[in-house]
Amino acid sequence: MSVSVGTLVSHRKKPADAARAVRSEPALVRWTVVAIAILFLFVFLVLPLATVFQQAFSRGLGAYLAALAQPDALAAIQLTLMVAAISVALNLVFGLIAAWAIAKFDFPGKSVLITLIDLPFSVSPVISGLVFILLFGAQGFFGRWMQDHDIQIIFALPGIVLATVLVTFPFVARELIPLMQEQGTQEEEAAISLGASGLQTFFRVTLPNVKWALLYGVLLCNARAMGEFGAVSVVSGHVRGETNTMPLHVEILYNEYQFAAAFAVASLLALLALVTLVLKAVLERRLDAE
Amino acid sequence: MKYGMPTLRPSVIPGFGITLGLTLTWLALIVLIPLSGLFIKTAELSFDQFWAIVSSRRTLNALKISFGLSLAAAVINLVFGALVVWALVRYEFPFKRLFDALIDIPFALPTAVAGISLTTLFAENGLLGAALAPLGIKVAFTPLGILVALVFIGLPFVVRTVQPVLLDLEAELEEAAATLGASRLQTITRVILPSILPALLTGFALAFARAVGEYGSVIFIAGNLPNVSEIAPLLIIIRLEEFKYADATAIAMVMLIASFAILFAVNRLQRWSEQRSRDA
Repeated sequence: MSVSVGTLVSHRKKPADAARAVRSEPALVRWTVVAIAILFLFVFLVLPLATVFQQAFSRGLGAYLAALAQPDALAAIQLTLMVAAISVALNLVFGLIAAWAIAKFDFPGKSVLITLIDLPFSVSPVISGLVFILLFGAQGFFGRWMQDHDIQIIFALPGIVLATVLVTFPFVARELIPLMQEQGTQEEEAAISLGASGLQTFFRVTLPNVKWALLYGVLLCNARAMGEFGAVSVVSGHVRGETNTMPLHVEILYNEYQFAAAFAVASLLALLALVTLVLKAVLERRLDAE
Repeated sequence: MKYGMPTLRPSVIPGFGITLGLTLTWLALIVLIPLSGLFIKTAELSFDQFWAIVSSRRTLNALKISFGLSLAAAVINLVFGALVVWALVRYEFPFKRLFDALIDIPFALPTAVAGISLTTLFAENGLLGAALAPLGIKVAFTPLGILVALVFIGLPFVVRTVQPVLLDLEAELEEAAATLGASRLQTITRVILPSILPALLTGFALAFARAVGEYGSVIFIAGNLPNVSEIAPLLIIIRLEEFKYADATAIAMVMLIASFAILFAVNRLQRWSEQRSRDA
């Protein structure tokens, strides 16, 4: 009896096993590939991340907290939060408006417009800063006019915000556009024909449909806005306690050989990255579920 | 994406004019006008002036270092990215989901943080630097350090572009190949590889494009010796700080044109990739 059950089971299992064997490699190959992959990821991802926290606490918790409580560090944190809040808000509104125009209507040149929105991703951050120096710097196109009217953009908050907005420009729009294109216009058309106004339709129909994708875009946009270094470095002027964002403050501390303090501020940014990744995983599950 | 007739179908949905108008205005103000400033500034130079800047020894070397090492880093990412994505999709191993989530670290970790961390790790007294020193390999403050930073920054691109394609690959194709007598190696090189090739190349091109413009993670570990370990984005900043705007602009122009060329190539690859998955 037990033998026949055994054969029955093995008979049943055979085709599946065979199929799996056909789609797999010898054990030695599998182990080698996994070992190389793990080693590569360990050296290039795990160790750099762990090093940030290990260095940050290398002088103990007291030194860590003291480094974060420095007035310059606090000013940098404050500036970073402000720049990120403004940039993310601007790109959020733009992303929604652009996605509405692109996804809900047909017009010629749409694919060119999408490419142009994606353009900032392929521009070096340094160039994204440089272009604003060329426009608003002392020798720039509007430099003289700005001086006459006592308006300062470069080496001040507006320049930092402009550079950050340029660098993070595509993040929200590129999450919304494909999703809203896929969702089509039927629900909006139904709402309109039932008498809803355009804004009611947007807030009651469209926005709930894209809320997770919107949050996803905002999350990535915020991470980049807070961490941006190259573009901001060009336009900030590095005035301590005034125009230094957190990444720039990290650079200054590091170049002054205050390694533990540099890594302490860096650890906040690394923490932000980890929180971003966790939230991203949560949102991806929500998006997949929909 | 559809490339049908661009008809202006009348729609009951309101707001077309105002949303498209705002989109174009904001795009022009933030992206197009600033970038065209670069073209205008370059046009103020005569061709001889432009050429003198671009072909000077230091500029040429910086461009060579940026493009050469970016290409090398993209090749490394292509090979190891393919291995990593294969392991993630096809095999089971401990902490697989954690490793999968960590792939995006280079996207999320600010570049300056990555820069000082990699420098600390690979410096001669660092964990990895100390291990490599007896072998006579110096990483930090050499071109090899630039390569390490660029591999880090480009790591997610190949994995994340190939992963969905490999996941969607139908098992039947491989089983059919095996049934028809193909060896496993033949199945991989003749059936699987051609299906994921467009995605692999797209990931490669994206990693390359990102590396060419990278600044933050590189400057800490590079050593920044002119003609040896000075990348083009850093030279742009150095020229700006010397108030040599023309020099900075000319170098930026060369890099911008190169990134547009890469962007164009990526678009082509993606269209090829879409076509291939439609045909399959």
